Amino acid sequence: MDFINDIPWLLIAASVAKTLFLIFLIVLPIVSYTVYAERRVSALIQDRLGPNRTGFPTSLLGFHKDLQLFLGGLGQPVADAVKFLLKEEFTPGHVNKFYFWLAPVLAMVPALSTLAVLPFGNYMFGQKMVVADVNVGILYVFAIASIGVYGIVLAGWSSNSKYPFLGGIRATSQMISYELSLGLSAVPVLMIIGNLNLSDAIQYQIDNGWLLLPFTDGKLTLRELLLWIPVGISFIVFTISMFAETNRLPFDLPESETELVAGYHTEYSSMKFALFFLGEYAAMIAGSSVIVVLFLGGWHLPFLPINTLESSTTPAGMALGLIHISVFFAKVIALLIFFIWVRWTLPRFRFDQLMKLGWLYLFEIALVNIFITAAILALVK
Amino acid sequence: MSTEVPLLNVQIDGVWLQFPKGTKVIDACSQAGKFIPRYCYHPKLSIPGNCRMCLIEMGMPKMTPDRKPVLGADGRPEIGWIPRPQISCAQDIAEGMGVRTNSPMVQECRKGVMEFLLINHPLDCPICDQAGECRLQEFSVEYGNASSRFLERKVKKPKNVELGPRVTLDAERCVLCSRCIRFMKEVAKDDVLGFVDRGGFSTIACHPDKTLESNYSLNTVDICPVGALTSTDFRFKMRVWFLKETKSIDVNDGLGCNILIGSREGKIYRITPRENNDVNGNWIPDSHRLNFKYIQAENRLAHPTVAGNEAHWKVAIAEATASLKGAGKLALVLSARLTNEEIYLAKRLASALGITVMDVVPRVGEPDGILIPADRNPNTTGAQTLGVTGKTPGARLKEIQDGIRKGTIGGLLCLGEDLLECGFTHDDLVKLKSLVASSILPNATTAAAHVVLPGAAFAEKRGSMVNIRGRLQRLNKAVEPAASARDDWEFLADLLAAAGATHALTSIEDVFRSMAQDEHAFAGLNLGKIGDLGLQLLPEVAGVNV
Amino acid sequence: MAYTVRRPNLTFWEKIYLPNIVAGLAITFKHLRKMLQGETKVVMQYPEEKWDAHLPEYYRGAPTLVTDEHGRERCVSCQLCEFICPPRAITITPGELASDSKFAKVEKAPKAFEIDMSRCIYCGLCEEVCPEQAIYLRKDYAVTGENRADMVHHKDKLYELGGTMPGLVHKWNPEK
Repeated sequence: MDFINDIPWLLIAASVAKTLFLIFLIVLPIVSYTVYAERRVSALIQDRLGPNRTGFPTSLLGFHKDLQLFLGGLGQPVADAVKFLLKEEFTPGHVNKFYFWLAPVLAMVPALSTLAVLPFGNYMFGQKMVVADVNVGILYVFAIASIGVYGIVLAGWSSNSKYPFLGGIRATSQMISYELSLGLSAVPVLMIIGNLNLSDAIQYQIDNGWLLLPFTDGKLTLRELLLWIPVGISFIVFTISMFAETNRLPFDLPESETELVAGYHTEYSSMKFALFFLGEYAAMIAGSSVIVVLFLGGWHLPFLPINTLESSTTPAGMALGLIHISVFFAKVIALLIFFIWVRWTLPRFRFDQLMKLGWLYLFEIALVNIFITAAILALVK
Repeated sequence: MSTEVPLLNVQIDGVWLQFPKGTKVIDACSQAGKFIPRYCYHPKLSIPGNCRMCLIEMGMPKMTPDRKPVLGADGRPEIGWIPRPQISCAQDIAEGMGVRTNSPMVQECRKGVMEFLLINHPLDCPICDQAGECRLQEFSVEYGNASSRFLERKVKKPKNVELGPRVTLDAERCVLCSRCIRFMKEVAKDDVLGFVDRGGFSTIACHPDKTLESNYSLNTVDICPVGALTSTDFRFKMRVWFLKETKSIDVNDGLGCNILIGSREGKIYRITPRENNDVNGNWIPDSHRLNFKYIQAENRLAHPTVAGNEAHWKVAIAEATASLKGAGKLALVLSARLTNEEIYLAKRLASALGITVMDVVPRVGEPDGILIPADRNPNTTGAQTLGVTGKTPGARLKEIQDGIRKGTIGGLLCLGEDLLECGFTHDDLVKLKSLVASSILPNATTAAAHVVLPGAAFAEKRGSMVNIRGRLQRLNKAVEPAASARDDWEFLADLLAAAGATHALTSIEDVFRSMAQDEHAFAGLNLGKIGDLGLQLLPEVAGVNV
Repeated sequence: MAYTVRRPNLTFWEKIYLPNIVAGLAITFKHLRKMLQGETKVVMQYPEEKWDAHLPEYYRGAPTLVTDEHGRERCVSCQLCEFICPPRAITITPGELASDSKFAKVEKAPKAFEIDMSRCIYCGLCEEVCPEQAIYLRKDYAVTGENRADMVHHKDKLYELGGTMPGLVHKWNPEK
């Protein structure tokens, strides 16, 4: 089915199909079930149960009992969504209406857009499982992700009240600070791979072992062993920065409940609030995906055969393609659960501690790390 | 303080102070900030000294054999303390006297007196209307014992006795202070109360052939320090601690007794007198204090009406002005129950509408020689001062009536009065091309009026009035006006604006300020300056005595 | 007074914070594991499992009114509870007992007694302040209603919930 790439409108149709598949069949369900997982895991960590009994409210229709359609409250995200949709769409009188309505969109769209360049699988139907296989790959991710802060800043500013405003200001400084270390910590990886294209990054890891786990290709050279040090540092810095970029605890100062009510989305309700919520979790997914692509081998799993462009239309190849996609998102979900786990373990930083950590430690570490990588790359062949 | 009265040196709890001769020890201590508990003592009544609550330790200067005081190291007389307690209410101060208000002996005495007073007390505070303002409760907490040592049977006395139409007696609660007896004899001049029986069985009782029906009987309830005498009207209606007390004045006669309006959540429960020795002393007639029920009457005018139909205020104001303007020559009849501010606005409205004929409606009754004067309008003097009526109030009403009958007057603005009660007939009202009336309750005039504007009662508005002795006093707002009735000055200001006059009146203070600028008599005053006790606006007019 | 808090001297590993984070993660994971394995049993499944049998004596449920052993409503509408009630949930309309009533000596009884359970915070101050021991917080905690009006407990409902509380309040005994 190579001809698709030669006919522009078919190419566009294929991209749209991939986008729809990615967003509506994978990302949004993961988002809603991450919210559910967040509640369940936090509850279990705190010796509670969490939402465990959401069913279909047949008792409203006159039946004796509610119908337990979903096991153990798995219907909760559906109930949440229905609730968000049915809530009153309230816009306070004191806000700047245009930006107030624009902000949730700006929070949601960039988070989803970053997913465009992430290869979430190998081949299916003779198509590479990435919406846009562009050569600027990781730069595009950083560029788009940093637009996400506009949603928060605009929400804080247009709400025209103090807590959102403080939340917006905090978000701005935090995002700007941590974007630096985020970008710098990715540089060693890119130096090792020698390419910005994310598909190539995965190909490199298939050939030479995952960056974080270099033995996955079955051999461990001295060079790989030495490179393990900067890659490990990169991974830690990148992960911490990703926490800060996605406003997750311990860096959730823009929306810290104890001080700022709900931070930048204090004045939001109903679907507008839901968009912030979805955007935040979508950003988490995007961030996790980047980590998976850069450090954890993307959709690759050792000992699993890899399908090719040609074989991807055969049933066996399709099955393999599906497995690759599943592997990718399994890794993402594992990281998401790690995100949640960390959130319910660590307390929130103080704002000055956050700034100090970002500017005085992570930034310098990431910078030095680049030189270490360069030295290793230059000296050890 | 007139310098004619010599000042005497008195030592109170170790501090030497000076008081004018003739001061009672109990008052001197109060002025020195040392409150002495009392039941029977009342500054406006005679002093029987029978409750024994005000016991203090007292001493006189030690004297040398040649009758000179022995001076101590500080140059002050040394005091020889009298070994037994004295009652401070019946004792005038003397030069060099010493008083101890809180010595161990005094504390012990008070404790003992409290114990005696409470021996037969039924302890039914939960159902007693006095609870919350009861001297027995207060002094028991402050000076008494925590528990009773009395194990014997308590003496049973009559409860829930109707002494008169307005006063209920619970003899078990009585501490036999005799304030009520003295009040009825000395102030109300109707000596119907007295003690009967002896010792522990002694109770208050009414003269067998009479009842306590004086128009001042409810003042006995006010001065009763305990819950023995309670108001039948207020009985079990509301606990006193819920009542918001608003300082205001009475509007039932020209004297303007100072009152406290007790209200809770927009409902008035009682009215009690407020001490003002220049006006009403501590008293108020029963008829006046009970005359507040109409404020919460079912048939209050709640909404403005145009031709009998409920209308929005804006519509009613526009309609009132339009119909008056199109009615030819106009006249104004206003009530002397309006405040100065309202009369002033009415006067401005009159000039804006070109009204030259106006007067107030006089209201005269029989003076009772105590607190009720002949003039039953609260603000006749104010109306005269503001020039809306002459020396004889109501003199021009006849002129207005004739004008209507001859057809020269086509429109009439009537503020707060019923025209049928002051000589007009229904035919006169029908003859008018335009009749605009404001009122609190519906009456014959509002029934005939083209536009009716519901106003606020005295407890629902702020303002000022001048009493028959020329004293300017202040009304305060205790509750909100009923439904969409409005403060009179507000719709008068709206009418004024609708009549084409420009003004910047947005509050009652603005109205007073404007009045102070325009009216010579009020120059330099504002609502705040009037104060709670009022101030003398005009040269004092000799009037009724208190 | 300025007060200097002594900071602990941290070792290198404590300073870089990461090992402690791992330790923290281990603790939370332990809780998670124990919950999943059913070793921790803290919460109850409310509508199926109930706490009623374990309610302590001092449990503060819905406030109720009680009658004494002669059937006299103990409340004399002194309105102290109405006064003390922090959320102003209580509204009492006082009334007078008829003079031919069996309990005429008490003179006063509530004409209406309303507790708005959507306002009540179960603080128990009404029980504590009551001079007649007429109001008690009983063990009803599942107070529900379909609208605001349903949530107001009227006098009849309050006496139904409260029942009888024996023990003579001597002061209303005509003989004493």
